[in-house]
Amino acid sequence: MNQFLTFVKKEFYHVFRDRKTLLLLFGMPIAQIILFGFALTNEIKNSNIVVCDYAKDAASQRIIEKLEASSSFDIEMTAMTPSQIEAAFQEGKAKLAIVIPANFNNDLLHFNKAQIQIIADASDPNLANTLTNYASNIIRGYQQELQQNASLTFRINSEVRMIYNPELKGATNFVPGVMALVLLLVCVLMTSVSIVKEKETGTMEVLLVSPFNPVLAIIAKTVPYFLLSIINLTLILILSVSFMDMPLNGSILLLYLASSLLIITALSLGLLISNSTSSQQEAMLISLMGMLVPTMMFTGFLFPLENMPWPLQAVANIVPSKWYYIVVKGIMIKGLGFSAVWRELLILSGMTCVLLFISFKKFKTRLA
Amino acid sequence: MRTLKYLLRKEFRQIFRNTTILRMIIAMPIIQLLVMPLAADFEIKNINIAVVDQDKSSYSRHLIDKIIASGYFKLTDYSDSYYNSFKQFEKDKADLIIEIPTRFEADLIRNNTNNLFVAVNAINGTKATVGSAYLNNIISDYNGEVRLKWNTPARFSATPTIEITSLNWFNPFLNYQFYMVPGILVVLVTMVGAYMCALNIVKEKEVGTIEQINVTPVRKVYFILGKLIPFWVIGMFVFSLGLFGVARLVYQIVPLGSLFTLYLFLSIYLIALLGIGLLISTYSSNQQQAMSVAFFFMMIFMLMSGLFTSVDSMPQWAKWIAACNPVTYFIDVVRLVILKGSAVSQIKTQFLVISGMAIFFNTWAILNYRKTT
Amino acid sequence: MNTEIVITTNKLTKKFGDFIATNEITFDVHKGEIFGFLGANGAGKTTAMRMLCGLSTPTSGTAKIAGHDIYTDTEKIKSNIGYMSQKFSLYEDLTVLENIEFFGGIYGLSDKEIRLKSESLIETLGMKSESKKLVGSLPLGWKQKLAFSVAILHQPSIVFLDEPTGGVDPVTRRQFWDLIYEASDSGITVFVTTHYMDEAEYCNRISMMVDGLIKALDTPANLKNQFKAASMDEVFFQLARGAKRKAD
Repeated sequence: MNQFLTFVKKEFYHVFRDRKTLLLLFGMPIAQIILFGFALTNEIKNSNIVVCDYAKDAASQRIIEKLEASSSFDIEMTAMTPSQIEAAFQEGKAKLAIVIPANFNNDLLHFNKAQIQIIADASDPNLANTLTNYASNIIRGYQQELQQNASLTFRINSEVRMIYNPELKGATNFVPGVMALVLLLVCVLMTSVSIVKEKETGTMEVLLVSPFNPVLAIIAKTVPYFLLSIINLTLILILSVSFMDMPLNGSILLLYLASSLLIITALSLGLLISNSTSSQQEAMLISLMGMLVPTMMFTGFLFPLENMPWPLQAVANIVPSKWYYIVVKGIMIKGLGFSAVWRELLILSGMTCVLLFISFKKFKTRLA
Repeated sequence: MRTLKYLLRKEFRQIFRNTTILRMIIAMPIIQLLVMPLAADFEIKNINIAVVDQDKSSYSRHLIDKIIASGYFKLTDYSDSYYNSFKQFEKDKADLIIEIPTRFEADLIRNNTNNLFVAVNAINGTKATVGSAYLNNIISDYNGEVRLKWNTPARFSATPTIEITSLNWFNPFLNYQFYMVPGILVVLVTMVGAYMCALNIVKEKEVGTIEQINVTPVRKVYFILGKLIPFWVIGMFVFSLGLFGVARLVYQIVPLGSLFTLYLFLSIYLIALLGIGLLISTYSSNQQQAMSVAFFFMMIFMLMSGLFTSVDSMPQWAKWIAACNPVTYFIDVVRLVILKGSAVSQIKTQFLVISGMAIFFNTWAILNYRKTT
Repeated sequence: MNTEIVITTNKLTKKFGDFIATNEITFDVHKGEIFGFLGANGAGKTTAMRMLCGLSTPTSGTAKIAGHDIYTDTEKIKSNIGYMSQKFSLYEDLTVLENIEFFGGIYGLSDKEIRLKSESLIETLGMKSESKKLVGSLPLGWKQKLAFSVAILHQPSIVFLDEPTGGVDPVTRRQFWDLIYEASDSGITVFVTTHYMDEAEYCNRISMMVDGLIKALDTPANLKNQFKAASMDEVFFQLARGAKRKAD
């Protein structure tokens, strides 16, 4: 036991003396929380749109007023020809153009029918769709105003209630995702690289011939990262709950237990990677290049998993952070207890066991 | 000048000799480029809806049919108790619950009005807004139908209607992959370039061979060029492989604009990027450090680049950060040129900024690199 | 012995904050000499050598290497010297031939010169069958000899060797010193640091550093007389006994 603690102490020294690595370990989660909490959003705001008002009458004015009132749009009023609109799109200066033809009001008054053209820069289809929808809604809203005068029969009202996140805060979606991402990636990266470093510099051999169980030495390597990750987690929780109104409705103990489990899974994965590579560069390539984008995508907080083709959804199932994300949402936002998340926790434990098993087998065959 | 030839020969030999790493820097981006765009889709579809129908009349069934027929929703539960349906929320099996009260049809016909109740799982705010918007649209459409059935249709439409025609330019099929593939390619090439360059130099520091170079008359400009050029070539290669191999063959994305413009920007971009990698390496003494710093910045670059979320929606302070991010510009350009065919004159600002960055980072790195300490 | 001076230093000092690594060292080295720079670990040898090679700027004092000033002409110094570092200096993932070609090239040798020299070098070292092998696969002794040969490939006026024989067996060490003698005979000044005291006997003159100061500077024979010692080991022991710094 004493020997083990000696190892752990040495590892702590390694980690704490390297300030740049500490930058990553602590800086990154904080940076991510700030970015995700305050800068990144799926909401569409301040999109530049062009309104070509050829009518310049009361009706078009009213519509433009309504458009201006919306936070989604930043309006520029210029009459443009189609090729000018195309150029504006090509320069990235506008994302949408609304064309109100001449005699708009007249047509409405006398024929009860008028047209408006919405031209969207569909290079970003999602944006195009959303902006078109918003604009259409506003126009239809105007239409409603006109129709107020007509008798409104058979009105169906729908009362809508937002559950779990009534203020539609982005934080509730992102914060659990950031937790999952940070805990997983940082642990995998740090563990795999630091163990391989010992292989590369030859100090691993020293460990292997020493009377100490090399397994203990390796476990000792992971201990500082475990503790640092828990500190990280606490930091993220404090920041998100105090500054971003992130709810914390369930049991904190359960949250920490689940997080510890994810950390162990991540450390096991790091272990496996370190066993399979021979240089720090390789380990880093796999942990960083190989895992960054997939983890972001398959955790489920950036893109909805159910949109993905089913083979990819299957792949997502082997990404540990996906299961953790579900657990965290359940505990923090929905206030659920163990009975609701035991399945996901079981899956995580299973993954850990498999990873450790493969790691140790590889390790043994090298020793033999 | 001759020294550069020898430096390059050495670098290329070393890089090509390390087949594992070489394979990784090529295979990883390509595989990810193949798979990731399929996963990236913000479009809200397959929204899971649970219906609580306490009326079970022809009207209620008609409404439900309409909801399903829209294609946006998937019916996951049909029950007559709101309490049971709520369990669906907890299990994440439903995104919305719509409750149709008893006597829905009867009340509507008799009293002219009725209420529906919709509960939305708002954890994902965007999904919630969009989902409830779609549902509201369907309900009001249905409302219109009901009204039409009972009111005598007039010869003209009695109420003023605005007909909205919407056109989608550049991507009429609204193919989301068209939008994501170029962006993901940029990110992957960025990762390869920055990481490899930073780590390569730091490795020489760690092993000690850099001292051997410092003691020779090799000018530091040549040394740095000797490190940049190979990775510049690799960056160009990976990008080309991604563009012609994956984007064209698999996703059928053919650049609308000029390849020359694209590659011109790519060249300058790579120089800027490698400059950053260089800079990181001059401040790091071992690979772990270099990697930590590179990872940190890479994360921020990726998130703030407009790849996943739009820069327009960011608060002003975040927009300034995005403006200092080289990746933002390349993603911009790549989308402008490939999808919209923008010409050089239309992306002058981006060119200027990226050239400025290339000069800035490389100069800093060269000044910072000391042969004599 | 040639009296032309190739290295001259005057009160050369290097401080790291409050720590004085080399303390006003002053000495001259003559052309063609084998100059041994001895001392315990931590005495300041490597620091001193790095300054002389132009790798590190002194805090104070002056020095001239091959006639070039150590502050203003470091790049000129580098064209005139060779260096073999303590950590390994050749590229392990390049072959013997590739390493020779690389270093020859960056020191400005023409293609023809490189070809001729690599042939003779490989011949001398007896590495004909190894020439296409990766340096990393060679045994340590061969690597050392190769590194030395590469360091003098461009006929520098001075070659600096930092603990060049660490970890090799005595036979290989002897062979290595044969190479050093050859170099010295051809007019190359050899500046070598070591803490193997028996190697001190091989040098023309040696200096002994203790705690950043030069405590002795003379031929091995004179020093043994002066300290009434039978071997350089004993000389060292007497000088370094009171040393306060024990590790680099």
